[in-house]
Amino acid sequence: MPPQLKTLLPLLAVFICLFLAARHFLIPESFGKYGHYRANSLDEIAALPTHYVGKEVCAECHDAEAVMLESDLHKGLTCEVCHGPGSIHVEDQEKGILVKPGTREFCGTCHSLNAARRTEVIHQIDIKTHNIERANCIDCHNPHAVWEMKE
Amino acid sequence: MEHLYEILKHVDGYIYPNELELQWGILIVLYPFITGLVAGAFILASLERVFKVKVLRPTYHLALLTALAFLIVAGLPLVSHLGHPFRSYEILTTPQGGSAMAIFGFVYLWYLMVVLLLEIWFDYRHDLVLWSNEAKGIKRRIYKMLTLGVTDISPKALAWDEKLGYIITVIGIPSAFLLHGYVGFIFGSIKANPWWSTVMMPVIFLLSAMVSGIALVMFLYMVISWIRKVKIDMACLDEIGKFLFMVLILDFTLESLDQVHRIYEAEESFEILHLLVTGKLTYTLLIFQGLMGTIIPLLTLGFLRIYLPKEKLRTPIYFLTSCLVLFGVFCMRWNVVIGGQLFSKSFLGFTSFKLGMVGLEGFWMALVWMIMPFLILSFILWLVPPWKKHAEKEVG
Amino acid sequence: MGNERINETRRNFLRKSAVLAGTLFVSSVTKPFTAMLFAANEPDKSGKWYAIGIDIEKCIGCGNCAKACKLENDVPKDPFYYRSWVEQYTIKNDGTVSVVSPNGGIDGFTQTIPDEEIFKTFFVPKMCNHCYKSPCVQVCPVGATFESPEGVVLVDKEYCIGCRYCIQACPYGCRFLNPDTETADKCTFCYHRLKKGLKPACFEVCPTGARIYGDLHDKNDKIHQFLKEHNTQVLKPNLNTGSKLFYNGLSSEVR
Repeated sequence: MPPQLKTLLPLLAVFICLFLAARHFLIPESFGKYGHYRANSLDEIAALPTHYVGKEVCAECHDAEAVMLESDLHKGLTCEVCHGPGSIHVEDQEKGILVKPGTREFCGTCHSLNAARRTEVIHQIDIKTHNIERANCIDCHNPHAVWEMKE
Repeated sequence: MEHLYEILKHVDGYIYPNELELQWGILIVLYPFITGLVAGAFILASLERVFKVKVLRPTYHLALLTALAFLIVAGLPLVSHLGHPFRSYEILTTPQGGSAMAIFGFVYLWYLMVVLLLEIWFDYRHDLVLWSNEAKGIKRRIYKMLTLGVTDISPKALAWDEKLGYIITVIGIPSAFLLHGYVGFIFGSIKANPWWSTVMMPVIFLLSAMVSGIALVMFLYMVISWIRKVKIDMACLDEIGKFLFMVLILDFTLESLDQVHRIYEAEESFEILHLLVTGKLTYTLLIFQGLMGTIIPLLTLGFLRIYLPKEKLRTPIYFLTSCLVLFGVFCMRWNVVIGGQLFSKSFLGFTSFKLGMVGLEGFWMALVWMIMPFLILSFILWLVPPWKKHAEKEVG
Repeated sequence: MGNERINETRRNFLRKSAVLAGTLFVSSVTKPFTAMLFAANEPDKSGKWYAIGIDIEKCIGCGNCAKACKLENDVPKDPFYYRSWVEQYTIKNDGTVSVVSPNGGIDGFTQTIPDEEIFKTFFVPKMCNHCYKSPCVQVCPVGATFESPEGVVLVDKEYCIGCRYCIQACPYGCRFLNPDTETADKCTFCYHRLKKGLKPACFEVCPTGARIYGDLHDKNDKIHQFLKEHNTQVLKPNLNTGSKLFYNGLSSEVR
């Protein structure tokens, strides 16, 4: 065997062994369990906090509004669509103050006139001209029972 | 983040909301450029060794050492671009077999250690042993270490050096193809991007790599000879020019074929790509890469095939040509990487790219990465100068 | 004679070490490979396999889905990062197509083109298609993005190196680089909500029921009804991504 290989081949062997040893320590434990990825990340992602709590949770305290909502056209909506995510509010009502929107602009995000909206899917009005003497939609419409007009 | 709000003002048409910011910038333009130089310089060197093109001998060692200097730097812009560079070892420990990018760690290591370092070692071992006896101080220690303790310089051992070096060179040629070909495949295999997705991409990348590597060796040979105040071997330079010409023709032909095919088939992405080439890429593609980087060098080198002017005129011609070619190939990388991200995958609009000056992805940093190989090469040439090698005997 | 014995011992030693090294090498190399073979198999028929149905005829472009997504998942508020967004297509009478998505549709849409010039206009909600032949999963060099056993494509932000290859590979523009984690990011199908039996945020807040999702392995799931009753299409079918986002009413202009 030539003198060069007598030195180079053992060197190569050492390098490969070091590499294999490093691999053993560096590859995370759960890697490869379900596929070529770290299985523990599934649990890590599943453990992320939720911010939207869902209608049933809101109804536990706000049963009056929930019942009212069921009776009218907005019954398909969840509370949090308009009021925002409720997880902080459920924990601490002081810290988690939710919005109570009702301006033309806000209601208009669904109801303003737009040629791309099908009238059979959503009732549309011209928010610039409809009953312009009242500032906000909720001045007349109860958002939880929309056809029950106020005064 | 402010620069993103600035780019928002320059959006043309419709882009998917996430496409505003270009994902890959100047650093990813640099990487294929640098590895291309490595592959190209190596293939030029192997032309001499394996295909016995003796007239290229004066540039053989220079080409190898250039390849080494550039390869040392090659991975650095890539790693510095990552969101988590300290996790980059994952490419070596858990490479995902379906990803072309996963090969990077292994191909890089293979090429660096087995191909380049070993070939240079086999070629220089004799001199390293002799230098370790002649030199003093720290240089003596370095040479001794580099010999790896293999100090046998009997004719039989030297014959082994020659034989093993030859084998490594032969293995090195397909390895060089792999080193740069896989980069082309990284782009060519992305079906989501029609500017990148073509069968020709690895071939085009490889050929333009060879073009750039040959041009680099030509450039460096002239510069170093000028620095050392030694006479340039014109026969060698003419031969390099000839190879540059031939590979440039091949490169130009295949790149044009790719575009002609695209224009002819005119499938869904054609309109937006047409707008890309005639709009945002007019300067970098048509003028810099096409006219300055390809057509003018082709005409010049082609002219030299027919008529050879005096040496005094040829040297600046080669110098200018090699600069233009290098510039053209750099622009080719720019046009592929940046160009491919300027248009939206909706094919309905364009975003905008402005190269910043400062920061890790800025112009100055890119300049540092480009200058570093030359500094490393200077150091290597000081340590193991090819022109101080002991007279070679024809062995075996 | 003594030399021969030494050579014999050395040869045995070399042989034993070679066998040991060989076994170590083979076993360490095949460990992740067996996992790779797993991933190439059909999805496990016993578990859930999620898909999405979006009805363009029902979408009113309110933007609640895009807004809720950012709020639920703490996505950076800047207008460059979206896990889900809504586009408005307006085709004018002269045939030109105009597409807009102002802040992903989060603040709603304002139609600037006068009604009389409009030939056709509609909204298209977009989100990750959770492809089962996902090109983004295919290109990840380290295995940081993957398809979960339930058919949800996820990113492991502790493992992602931020190379951005997956972002290049997604044909639908669903991915972005999160500036806070410096890793790839995208719609997770609110995996953290699914696992708790909750609806993903965008499905929770849609006021018209334009967005539904379901389990393809469950024959009684409403997703099957959606697929049966509607003429559904996926985006860019020619790319064969195995997209599991089925649109009803997808007009030919949609990209």
